Amino acid sequence: MSFLKHHKKIETNATLLLVLSLGVVTVGGIVEIAPLFYLENTIEKVEGMRPYTPLELAGRNIYVREGCYLCHSQMIRPLRDEVERYGHYSLAVESIYDHPFQWGSKRTGPDLARVGARYSDEWHVDHMTDPRSVVPESIMPTYGFLKETKVKPESIQAVLVANRRTGVPYTDEMIEMAASDLEVQVDPDGDWEDMVARYPKAQVRNFDGQDSLTEMDALIAYLQMLGTLVDFSTFQPEASR
Amino acid sequence: MSKKIKLNDEDYPTTGHVWDGIREYDKPMPRWWLYTFYLCIVFSIGYMIAYPAIPLLNGATPGLLKYSTRGEVQQHIDKVNAQNAEIEAKLLATPLESIGADVDLARFATAGGGAVFLTYCAQCHGAGAQGAKGYPNLQDDQWLWGGDLEAIATTIRHGIRNDTDEDTRFSQMPKFGEILESEEINSLANYVLKVSNQEHDASLAATGNALFADNCAACHGETATGDREQGAPDLTDAIWLYGGDLETITQTITNSRFGVMPAWQGRITDAQIKQVTFYVHQLGGGE
Repeated sequence: MSFLKHHKKIETNATLLLVLSLGVVTVGGIVEIAPLFYLENTIEKVEGMRPYTPLELAGRNIYVREGCYLCHSQMIRPLRDEVERYGHYSLAVESIYDHPFQWGSKRTGPDLARVGARYSDEWHVDHMTDPRSVVPESIMPTYGFLKETKVKPESIQAVLVANRRTGVPYTDEMIEMAASDLEVQVDPDGDWEDMVARYPKAQVRNFDGQDSLTEMDALIAYLQMLGTLVDFSTFQPEASR
Repeated sequence: MSKKIKLNDEDYPTTGHVWDGIREYDKPMPRWWLYTFYLCIVFSIGYMIAYPAIPLLNGATPGLLKYSTRGEVQQHIDKVNAQNAEIEAKLLATPLESIGADVDLARFATAGGGAVFLTYCAQCHGAGAQGAKGYPNLQDDQWLWGGDLEAIATTIRHGIRNDTDEDTRFSQMPKFGEILESEEINSLANYVLKVSNQEHDASLAATGNALFADNCAACHGETATGDREQGAPDLTDAIWLYGGDLETITQTITNSRFGVMPAWQGRITDAQIKQVTFYVHQLGGGE
């Protein structure tokens, strides 16, 4: 154990100690984190993922702003009870355009990863306005004010740009058309074909049933698309995960 | 325990570090701690061999046990499915009308259907299927689109007025606020009060009668008893989806209603659709 005597050199030299501890931490990082960036099976290959439409993105920002994530996770864990209640377990690729992601395991309310198309828009309006009217035992706060607060379409472009800087593949066309794409998604009588071509599977409806474009529209548009993009009929899980 | 030798503070070995006259004792780590530490190292080696651990180019080493989280959940589900395979095959092969005749099958369908109902249906229709304003009560014998087994199954499979299923049940009441004057709507509402045996203004209801025949009878029927082909509710009974007072009826006529139910085909299995159909049918109002 004579080599341990040299340890004294490290202990008495602050700079050397710092450099060597950094080395140790780096080894840990290389082993545990770096492989996730190059392993081919980290992000599954699936059909159907696309960036959020401007309206969905606006709704997502409201979701984050109101702190919905404090009670609702968006991550179905690979456990039988969760899969049978919520649907197919979540894949990493389903969060690929999420900044920040909405994973979690603290569920005061149910998981929302696949809540899309599970309830009607009217149910969401009723539930947000007065959760107890549809789920008597609910302890969710009311969010009826979202029906009054307007969404400003012109402010969404900057959000798309910010998302593009973090790696979301919004094209120049998508960014240029952001404001009008946002407005047309709540207008089934409008020219939404181009928007749906840019964002396949986008749902075009008047989500909150009111004439004006409110935050309720945006939030419900976001909720109604959650978990609806990936085509699981073609998904094959890797054997080693 | 062996007797501990008590050392005087002065005699105790020190590390030799001195700081402002303060010396540091050289006390060894407790044995139990040290051995636990060594044991953990040995365990981790075994763990790395048994379980997926070391990242390579295309994935991690699979480990001797070939453990996979996603494989495990599939195993758990397959196991339960295998247990139910026989009775589930029987359920799928049995026509809806004959399920009730087989005690085992009926029990399986009711229990399974109850679980499906609580997972997917209770949020709108209530945990006891009692419904809420805008969401039909499924316990009574009043049905919008039909209450026999086939009709219930179709409703569950394709939903109502949704835009995801091409075969969804569909009908749309016009917004009469855009068609009629508000006095006319008031007369109509009074006529609806009359046919449902509530307090009403007789003269307004008389005017409303003609308006009803022109505007409403095509769907709700000449006697206002509704039409299940179009999901048009019976207006003569005391069961109201949105409310039967003058104010709510006026609102309904003015703005119309557009209740939506999602389509469940594809989201739940055929066996589950059969189960929940049977469950809803046996709640009390099934025809």
